[in-house]
This record gives sequence, structure tokens and C-alpha cells, in this order.
Amino acid sequence: MIGTGKIKQYANVLDKPLGKGKQEVSLSAFAFLFSELVQYNQTQVDNISELETRLEDAGYAVGARVLELLCHRDKGNRRETRLLGILSFVHSTVWKVLFGKVADSLEKGTEHEDEYMISEKELLVNRFISIPKDMGTFHCGAFVAGIVKGVLENAGFPAVVTAHFVPVEGQQRPRTTILIKFAEEVLRREARLG
Amino acid sequence: MDTNDSLRVASLWHSMHAISQQLSPTTGCSEIELLEANTFDLHCFQSLTGSKFFVVCKLGTQHMEALLKVVYELYTDYVLKNPFYEMKMPIRCEVFDINLTQTVQKDRVALLGR
Repeated sequence: MIGTGKIKQYANVLDKPLGKGKQEVSLSAFAFLFSELVQYNQTQVDNISELETRLEDAGYAVGARVLELLCHRDKGNRRETRLLGILSFVHSTVWKVLFGKVADSLEKGTEHEDEYMISEKELLVNRFISIPKDMGTFHCGAFVAGIVKGVLENAGFPAVVTAHFVPVEGQQRPRTTILIKFAEEVLRREARLG
Repeated sequence: MDTNDSLRVASLWHSMHAISQQLSPTTGCSEIELLEANTFDLHCFQSLTGSKFFVVCKLGTQHMEALLKVVYELYTDYVLKNPFYEMKMPIRCEVFDINLTQTVQKDRVALLGR
């Protein structure tokens, strides 16, 4: 009989359990691929904000898929309904799976109710990248901002997410902050849930 | 030395390097590794792809080959993985410069310590 004493054969490939997959990918391979992604998009656009938008869209697609995968694999198909829940999910689980470590910090914005910030000493995607002076405020972390946006929007928390450099005294390289600004309806829902 | 001077010196060195391969009295010469002059030494390292890295230092400085290998690693990391670097142009990558000065400083401290 098929299966006894040997590796179980699945008749239908959809019945095979989702494996954990390879935990590690070569950093150099990713760096080259990301560099090529940025270069390709540079040839397609006319200005910097369009380039950022393109990177964000690329990240959005990643975020949507990562959310589905992680909900199934790590959270046992439970859905987050609270703001803090989804934020700590992004800050720890998503970051751990994508970058191998949790994000440095998660803070609530002081000026506005709807703003939250995830900050990181240096984003993995930016490690080998030096932005030339004439590109001004361009940030390759727009890709990561897109990932966060994809996760949040597909979990039911629409938001505007952007990446910024924050200069720090005593260090030559500025810190990176991902600024998350939630939509009105999210805050109203959160207030209703108490 | 400004950019133009650096380019001039580098192209001179490239030609000398190529000529030396023809001039060698023994067969199988692939590059100039060390040039000793009155007041300075010039160490050169050629990668498998033909890119040459050279360092000009004081007479008798040790361990320059190791330094050149480290610089080669920094080049592959911070220059080649930078999407804003165009091949064959002068290198203007901030991260590369920062790491390069750090490496030279570390080397200098280690050498003085001995």
C-alpha cells in the first residue's frame, strides 16, 4: 500500500503541509536583487516621488502575501482586531520573519493620535546603499514602508506609511523611522471597541 | 589630490601594470605587487576580475596586502550593491567612505600598537 513505512505520498499537491521553508537567504543575493529593482525603476520614472511610489507598490504586494502566510503559519489563523495587536504583530513577527530580528522600537506619535512609529538603526535593505546628495529625501526604505502598508491594509487597518531619515547626534548615519498614519475609520472603530 | 589628478595617476598605473607583464624577463608575470621608491611604497592587488587596488604608504609599512583585501571586500559590498553607483565612474558612496576610513584607522592603531 502506498505510504506504509515510507514518506507519505500526497495524491494532491494541495494536501501537502506548508513547510517552514528555508529560513535563510543570502544577504548578498538579496542586496543585488534589490539594487537591480531600484535601478530598473529609476529608468521608468521621471522624478523621485514616483520612484518612491513604485518601490512602495512593490512592497505592498510583498506585505499582502506575508500577512496571509504568517496568519496561517504563526498565528493559527487568528485575526487581529485591535490596533496595538496588529502593530505588535508587524513590529515583532513580521520583522522577525523578514529581517531576522524584531524592530528596534515601536512608539506612539506625540503630536497626533493616529500616528505610530517603528524605528530601526539601519534597515536591512539600506545597508549597502548610499543615497547621492542630489536625491535629497529619497529613501529606499519606501519598499519596507510598502510592506507594512500591505500588511496593515489587508488586515483591515488602512493607513498611510512612509519612511524617513532621522539624524542622530553622535552617529554618522541617521536612524530610519517608518511613520504609520491610520485612517479615520480605524480610530473610530478602535474607540468603539473601547 | 583632486579627482582629475587621481584619474591621471590611476590611468598611469594601469598602463605601467600592463607594460610590466610584457617586460618581465621570466614567464608567467601577471602583475606588479610592490613598487619601492625612495620615500614611499606602493602595494597593488589585482582581483580575479582585473580590478586593481593600490595603496601608497610610508616605507616599510607591513600588512598592506591584508588591508587591500579588506578594501576589496568593502568595494564589493558598499559600491557594487549600491543602485546609485554607475560602473567605471569615480566612487562617491558615503557608506564606502565611512567604512574605508574606519578600516584605515583600525589598521593604523594596530600598527602603532606594535
